[in-house]
Amino acid sequence: MSRSISPVIPGFGLTLGYTLVYLSLLVLIPLGAMFVHAAQLSWAEFWSIVSAPRVQAALKLSFATAFAAAAINGIIGTLLAWALVRYTFPGRKVIEAMIDLPFALPTAVAGIALTALYAPSGMLGQLAASWGVKIAYTPIGITLALTFVTLPFVVRTLQPVLADIPREVEEAAACLGAKPLQVFRHVLLPAMLPAWLTGFSLAFARGVGEYGSVIFIAGNMPMKTEILPLLIMVKLDQYDYHGATAIGVLMLLVSFILLLLINLLQRQIAKS
Amino acid sequence: MSIRHFAFASLASLFIAGPVAAAQTLLNVSYDPTREFYSEFNVAFNKHWQVQGNEPVTIQQSHGGSGKQARAVIDGLRADVVTLALAGDVDELYKLGKLIPENWQQRLPQSSTPYTSTIVFLVRKGNPHGIKDWDDLVKPDVAVITPNPKTSGGARWNFLAAWAYAKQHYGSDTQAQAFVEKLYKNVPVLDTGARGSTITFVNNQIGDVLLAWENEAFLALKEEGGENFEIVAPSLSILAEPPVAVVDENVDKKGTRKVAEAYLNYLYSDEGQRLAAKHFYRPRNQAIAAEFSTQFPALKLVTVDKDFNGWKTAQPKFFNDGGVFDQIYQAH
Repeated sequence: MSRSISPVIPGFGLTLGYTLVYLSLLVLIPLGAMFVHAAQLSWAEFWSIVSAPRVQAALKLSFATAFAAAAINGIIGTLLAWALVRYTFPGRKVIEAMIDLPFALPTAVAGIALTALYAPSGMLGQLAASWGVKIAYTPIGITLALTFVTLPFVVRTLQPVLADIPREVEEAAACLGAKPLQVFRHVLLPAMLPAWLTGFSLAFARGVGEYGSVIFIAGNMPMKTEILPLLIMVKLDQYDYHGATAIGVLMLLVSFILLLLINLLQRQIAKS
Repeated sequence: MSIRHFAFASLASLFIAGPVAAAQTLLNVSYDPTREFYSEFNVAFNKHWQVQGNEPVTIQQSHGGSGKQARAVIDGLRADVVTLALAGDVDELYKLGKLIPENWQQRLPQSSTPYTSTIVFLVRKGNPHGIKDWDDLVKPDVAVITPNPKTSGGARWNFLAAWAYAKQHYGSDTQAQAFVEKLYKNVPVLDTGARGSTITFVNNQIGDVLLAWENEAFLALKEEGGENFEIVAPSLSILAEPPVAVVDENVDKKGTRKVAEAYLNYLYSDEGQRLAAKHFYRPRNQAIAAEFSTQFPALKLVTVDKDFNGWKTAQPKFFNDGGVFDQIYQAH
């Protein structure tokens, strides 16, 4: 390896090698094994598994609820990040610490707690029921659990970006006659958007795969509130390893395409 | 939760697979509601084993959903014995893992099921809906809690019990299917396991009746808040036969065959049978069953082997993809 130009950062070879080994052991080999397993199915078999009405219903539900949860966090998470970065108020440190709790809590615990609260007999569930809204055991409940679990992503990706936008920039824009909405639209939004999209896609991807919290609040009714990860467990419980991997591959492909699209969108924004 | 349990089980197997220690260890891989029973049985067996002049043996227990436990053993968990919820799950140890011979069920008395149980109804105090039998479960205003039979072994017994009742009362398979379809329309939540359903019914107060293992129902009454519930025995139910088996492949590798076989045989002893009854399993031994006759209501019980031609027929017909259970939900 007699390269004339040595990289600026020392240890490039070492870190690259480490990264590749690490990625292979943790990501590539397990995912590859899944594809190998699924490859034992013919196209027709694969298609008949993933096109089954129950799988299709679960596919729509999983991606729709994950998208809704990511969107909700996109709005509320932005507000939270904004408040935490721009204002000092009593208890800010506590709230700051609480943001990460959904990551630390076992998801099953979160699921059971949310169900107890939002079930028709629960404290908030009763209130909702009196308005004629059912939360637990409906897609709303699933979205709620996913919103909880993926809360930190948007907040944590936006915070450093917001902190980097000096207040003076807003003031300068205001001095030049920009209305608050214009300041947001032309100054803040372009700076925030790439990070926001990252947070959104992380929350979305995490939501699609979430299992532990959702199964308690979903009610798991076939065709109605059954998520894709549950169908994988159902297949495994029938010792149907092929069926389980087929659904796994399907989830991976759809997620990959969606994340790729978000990435392209991000690039487009960065260019303009 | 199950994934985590599975991961834990696999991790545990790494340690268990280590060098054989001087004292022998035995791993009993079982399903959820047997935890309390085996904790007590293990102590009793150890005493008996030492009285016979053997070294004490360390017995480890692992509990979880029956199907998941079977899969953990197939995937490498070094169980010496399995004590699962249904024969269908133990069959998979032969079919997928070749860990036991095909005729495993003939190696011990009573098709390798030393104790039995059945399915009963748990209702709220005072039985406000007046639930007495299966017919009451298909009434439009009754909410029934039972887990998903695709993920829960216990739920499969529930389903088959309802089916057997309908078949006897209404005749044909078509009518039985219409009956269970009506029953499952009354199920607002399908949890993945029996424990999940108990939480839904007891803690979240959803539903009017819980279809439960008899021993689980008795346990629920014993626990805190148990005075808020009552057990109702239907006119007909199913004889649930949880089987036990030595995992040949593992005991031969670890050299634990002798103690593993003694362990399972002791389940059939007077003391083993009495302990099972104490933990609300119905003993096989008639004399001991008679001692506990006030505890267990006399029920008309159908069996999977006689009325459903065994799990090998029942599983694909009712619970595999495209089976009766799927048809119920795909119909509407």
